[in-house]
Amino acid sequence: MTARRGRRFVRRLTDRISPRRAVEHDTTWQTIQLVRHPERPYTLDYIARLFSDFEELHGDRSHSDDPAIVAGLARYGRGAVAVIGHQKGRDAQDRVFRSFGMPGPEGYRKGMRVMEIAGRLSLPVITLIDTPGAFPGAEAEQRGQGVAIAASMRAMLRLDVPVVSVVVGEGSSGGALALGVADRVLMLENSTYSVISPEGGAAILWRDAAKAPLAAAAFKPTAANCFRWGVADAVVPEPAGGAHADHDEAARLLDGYLRRALRDLAALEPAERRRQRRERYRRIGAHREVASGDRASMITPRPRGDAAAASNE
Amino acid sequence: MARVHISIDRLRGRPRARSSRAADGAGETCPKCGTHFRGEELVRNARVCTSCGHHFPASAHQRLDALADRGEWIEPWTELRASDPLRFRDLEPYTSRVAKAEAKSDGSGEAMAIAQLEIHGQPAIAAAMDFGFLGGSMGSVVGEKLVRASERAAESGLPLVVITASGGARMQEGILALMQMARTVVAYEAMADAHLPVVVVLGNPTTGGVWASFAALGDVTYAEPGALIAFSGPRVIEQTTRERLPEDFGLAETQLANGQIDAVVDRRELPERIGRVLAILERPRGLEAPPAFVWAQERAAWAAQTLPTLPKRLAMRIRGDGAEG
Repeated sequence: MTARRGRRFVRRLTDRISPRRAVEHDTTWQTIQLVRHPERPYTLDYIARLFSDFEELHGDRSHSDDPAIVAGLARYGRGAVAVIGHQKGRDAQDRVFRSFGMPGPEGYRKGMRVMEIAGRLSLPVITLIDTPGAFPGAEAEQRGQGVAIAASMRAMLRLDVPVVSVVVGEGSSGGALALGVADRVLMLENSTYSVISPEGGAAILWRDAAKAPLAAAAFKPTAANCFRWGVADAVVPEPAGGAHADHDEAARLLDGYLRRALRDLAALEPAERRRQRRERYRRIGAHREVASGDRASMITPRPRGDAAAASNE
Repeated sequence: MARVHISIDRLRGRPRARSSRAADGAGETCPKCGTHFRGEELVRNARVCTSCGHHFPASAHQRLDALADRGEWIEPWTELRASDPLRFRDLEPYTSRVAKAEAKSDGSGEAMAIAQLEIHGQPAIAAAMDFGFLGGSMGSVVGEKLVRASERAAESGLPLVVITASGGARMQEGILALMQMARTVVAYEAMADAHLPVVVVLGNPTTGGVWASFAALGDVTYAEPGALIAFSGPRVIEQTTRERLPEDFGLAETQLANGQIDAVVDRRELPERIGRVLAILERPRGLEAPPAFVWAQERAAWAAQTLPTLPKRLAMRIRGDGAEG
């Protein structure tokens, strides 16, 4: 008990005096602040600037319409595309209406409905990711949150058309990845992509949500790191100071990367595109292999004490 | 390399004793009805309470022991281990957490064990998760093992049986752990291409990124009684939204009523139940690769190496059992 407290104390001290860790920790936390800037452009802001026309579609055709995900058909350049993205609210009322960008199963099912249309009408799919996670609630569970997320990933994996995902804000947990299985994944310079939000991770691993800055540094959720690990294919620059400083310029910068990605993908046969998409996710991860001599006994030896117990019977 | 799990104790006519974790002598008490169990009593009953039916936590190996005919199965890919791409540390470095978990685990080296086995006479590939290994969390090794298991099953023309017990993605592997969700969904595509079935059994608990990926995509989905099945666990929901949750939130029985699973099945009845559904789906075997091929090959390799070291009478009995090799 006291030893643990002692170790923790020493660690706190070393955190304070180790300059490298302190710097890393600060810049990641700055990125988190930027990505949560109240003026940062959201999905509909990009849609308004990227596409010449957009028809939003509503509802999952079985239960309701989830405002935390917007989906629809859009005119992009000389062609049509399908667009699906998380949507956060700007003011207090809108934020509640959009469930803070946390979709329920209806949102993902609406997305899948639009993906199906896109596949049938040969429209490239563009997804915009910006969510703290899927909505946590009893009703969402009752209506199949887990199944909806899994099915959405599978639907994206099976699409015959080009699929490009852009992490424009915070991409946290399965709620983000449900829209993120793509041929190309782009991340905005100050966007983040992580297994869990810093607060959630801190609450579980540090048992203290206030340790969020520490957790943020540990999860390394920045675009640069995701690019390094092959999770993102490109980092899209933002205007000086961050995307919130100039929405038009942010959209213009994204536009160039998006067109480039779609052009590259259009050159591939549908089957080849799907094969490459599958291969990308089949390999993702990092593991090691230990020498096969390890624990060489092929028959698990009986524990000693147990042999004695057995002979008593 | 592969390990062969074979119940030597059974061959000797004695009750099987293999789990190092459960065999500590002190025994265990049922938290529901207070019945006390000593030694191997619980393991012999698939770690289900004999008086009230409470399902005790079970390791991956215990689950596979209970599932496999004669308690015999072959485990490939025990050499796969977690790496530490983020050089992650929370209150403790990730590497030391993994080392500790490995030291007290059954020898699979990770939170998932793969098995080639027969279930009620039906040959299959199975993947079982170990909640005792860092909460059964899904990192890169779990993804890798499930990909390999699915592809081997598809190549061999065998069905895949997946038993889950996991809190979700392994946070210490960061974004790469999240990506395992997509990876496990890809894994099943090999089965889909080969028109082969996937049976999923949801153990306690199955939450987070595991429930929201491969656990939710089985063709037939069973759950063990009382298992917690949810994307967001009760604690996360209560902390985030302050919603008051009903007592039966997310339980297997509730999720059955919600239409999220096909049936709640007692662990002791799983082999028969799964065997039956696999028998329904069994296809006539024409010119496809013989399903027992890999099994036979590995079994032969094992026999060549191990049999000479065993007492003669025991070796003969094993040889007799392995006639199909």
